Amino acid sequence: MDNHAIVQHIPRLRRYARALVGDRYSADDLVQDTLERAWNKLHLWRPGSDMRAWLFSIMHNVFVNQVRSRRYEVEVRVEDLPQIAVRGTQGQNLELADVDRALRTLPAEQREVVLLVSIEELTYEEVSRALDIPIGTVMSRLSRGRERLRQAMSGAQSGVPLKVVK
Amino acid sequence: MTTLTDSELHAYVDGIVAEADRSKIEAHLAANPEDADRVRAYREMNGTLHAAFDAVLDEEIPQRLHAHDERPWMRFGIAASLVLVGALAGWFGRGAYPSVTGTSGQGLALARQAAVAHAVFTPEVRHPVEVAADQEEHLVKWLSKKLGTELKCPKLGPIGYDLVGGRLLSGPNGPVAHFMFQDARGARLTLYVSTQRGEPRETAFRFSQEEKVAVFYWIDGKYGYALSGELGRDSLLQVANIVYKQLNP
Repeated sequence: MDNHAIVQHIPRLRRYARALVGDRYSADDLVQDTLERAWNKLHLWRPGSDMRAWLFSIMHNVFVNQVRSRRYEVEVRVEDLPQIAVRGTQGQNLELADVDRALRTLPAEQREVVLLVSIEELTYEEVSRALDIPIGTVMSRLSRGRERLRQAMSGAQSGVPLKVVK
Repeated sequence: MTTLTDSELHAYVDGIVAEADRSKIEAHLAANPEDADRVRAYREMNGTLHAAFDAVLDEEIPQRLHAHDERPWMRFGIAASLVLVGALAGWFGRGAYPSVTGTSGQGLALARQAAVAHAVFTPEVRHPVEVAADQEEHLVKWLSKKLGTELKCPKLGPIGYDLVGGRLLSGPNGPVAHFMFQDARGARLTLYVSTQRGEPRETAFRFSQEEKVAVFYWIDGKYGYALSGELGRDSLLQVANIVYKQLNP
């Protein structure tokens, strides 16, 4: 019965994973590892609770373990952003590659919070539960992450390399 | 002058403020252009992120993510292919093996498994491989992870065999990496890489003719390699030498 319940979340898990790790195949590796763990732990899921948040919390644990072993991602420093000319001045005109590069300048912990809130539209409470961190930490990571991403994106837009914001 | 906490600002950006707080926040933003800029920038950022990644929602979900969904079918599939492998092994097993030089039990088993895999997958037109050559880097990374070693995929383009792709197989000692190559006429070669039991060791090239399939195989450390193709022994030996040299530069 629950097979279907998990399956219907796959597209969103893939979207989040793609934004989180960038590379398509590494992202699907992350989704696959998450699903495998979810099937094995399905008996621990409380019927009636939010399955999507539960799946995101599993993905978070898998991701954190992988980041530790440096399997899924390479951090990109802001200084490494290439100077790419991008048409227009609106955020929407940024190329996917630029958005991706800008995201990669965020520490993984800030990137997770920003993406769960901005793309997956989880509430702050849901993010707090999924990542198992206090709500105050959610807010501070969101605040720092959004500001840093704004600067990285505007840097990609203007084609001007940025200084690192510490 | 009013103050606005960071939490209130972000909650406003994300559209989750209580109705009662809304007018207070909007009054603050009207009087504080810097905060209003942040709100605008963050909202625009939400839009940019959706524009960048929402397309993923419409992508076809890769088969490998459906593995559990189709468990009953998968089980049937695996059972069916085991029967097939058994049948093919029987078919290959009808002959004595006069042409085998050197008779390491495990090595011979390696040659036979490789020949069976070659016979099963090379006639496939639509799905000869799980991961195609255009994703070679991913293929090698993925199979390396499964076998627990850093695999290399030989480059046979210069001698006319382009990579088709590869797949993961299950062998008697665990996972097997299976690479497939094809020449301009559509003739296919496969390279079968499996974990070997027992102490790491090295063997010379050995040759085995399994019905129509010629196999050169060797063991290098913990891994067994078998190159299979439906071509003459000398031609295959030339390719095997190139493969070996590339894997052991």
